[in-house]
Amino acid sequence: MTQLKMTVNGKAASGEVEGRTLLVQFLRENLGMTGTHVGCDTSQCGACVVHVNGEAVKSCTMLAVEANGAEVATIEGQAAPDGTLNTIQQAFQDHHGLQCGFCTPGMVMSAAALLKDNPKPTVDDVRHYLDGNICRCTGYHNIVKAIMAASGQDVSAIAAE
Amino acid sequence: MYNFDVEMPTSIADAVKALGREEAQPMSGGQTLIPTLKARLAAPSVLVSLHSIPEMKGVCKNDAGDICIGGATTHATVAAEAVDYPALASLAARIGDPAVRNRGTIGGSVANNDPSACYPAGVLGSGATIVTNNREIAADDYFLGMFETALEEGEIVTEVKFPIPEVAHYEKHLQPASRFPLVAVFVAKFADGVRVAITGASENGVFRWTEAENALSGNFSASALDGLSLSGDKMISDLHGSGKYRAHLCGVMAKRAVAAAS
Repeated sequence: MTQLKMTVNGKAASGEVEGRTLLVQFLRENLGMTGTHVGCDTSQCGACVVHVNGEAVKSCTMLAVEANGAEVATIEGQAAPDGTLNTIQQAFQDHHGLQCGFCTPGMVMSAAALLKDNPKPTVDDVRHYLDGNICRCTGYHNIVKAIMAASGQDVSAIAAE
Repeated sequence: MYNFDVEMPTSIADAVKALGREEAQPMSGGQTLIPTLKARLAAPSVLVSLHSIPEMKGVCKNDAGDICIGGATTHATVAAEAVDYPALASLAARIGDPAVRNRGTIGGSVANNDPSACYPAGVLGSGATIVTNNREIAADDYFLGMFETALEEGEIVTEVKFPIPEVAHYEKHLQPASRFPLVAVFVAKFADGVRVAITGASENGVFRWTEAENALSGNFSASALDGLSLSGDKMISDLHGSGKYRAHLCGVMAKRAVAAAS
């Protein structure tokens, strides 16, 4: 077993893990932070996307020990401490960017990574960036619309087809 | 996954030492290896992570004008920083998806030599040199077959050196579920000739299409490939496409690559 220390959503977190423990297992099972989801477990679906040192990664395809000492950001850290949704989360709610909600944590974290690098993306940029995030409700139109709205762009012309 | 110890060396020397342990396995970005471990297709006792070795990261230019990319450099970094070799940066920018590109590395891709991976086409098509902890290997001598390379046990890819061609292009016919190419062609035109490398097609992994290279070296235009074709006999045949279909795609992708490069 290895003793890990990392910062998760700005707070110190620690725990003991095996070599094979995945980052998502550490978050969910050791820290009890079940907001990060495991959809496919084969790095296809993106429900498990978190940020490690500011970069979006699939936490089901990274060992927990590799995040030792890292700054990790998860969906739990997106809203304000009083529960006020952040811009991206609020846009998902306003534009019906979620149906069952299972993919949403990964979608929001991927959207945050995109908007950090590309604050005013085109619709094509958004769709391309979400290559690795699958919504099995197939709610992509409104997800894309929500992310465009979160970037502060006019989405009135983006219809839900 | 079966359990294993993890070593996190911070230098190439320490990584090589760690790989001397019994049943040790190097891991770079882990974007292929972790799924493989989950499927219990590999069961190392010790996993040696190559992700924390600063001397294996980064993109630079050497005195010969080659682009040198550290083995543990992620696809995202290559996409952003290999600005002197746009065709290579573009190849890196189209691997997998953004989260995979933030972890996966050139060294891992080249060491694994998946028959449908993108980098082997870029490396072979550029006539790059694979640098390991104890030697340099020309791309032509490196890729030996599906998942087979010239690497010895415990040998790791520390750097890949790319000569920069006059023009080049990577044309990828995407298999959208896996985001690997169904077939992809890397074409590079140098002062002394043209190289054409194809991935995703052959049962023996990445290969050079020498007939196309000869035709293009005399006349670098898509029409130079008219009438040339590959046999589907030794091509990968699966639910996504027959060997014959892949052989046909090789010609189509090669023409598109040349048209886009010239």
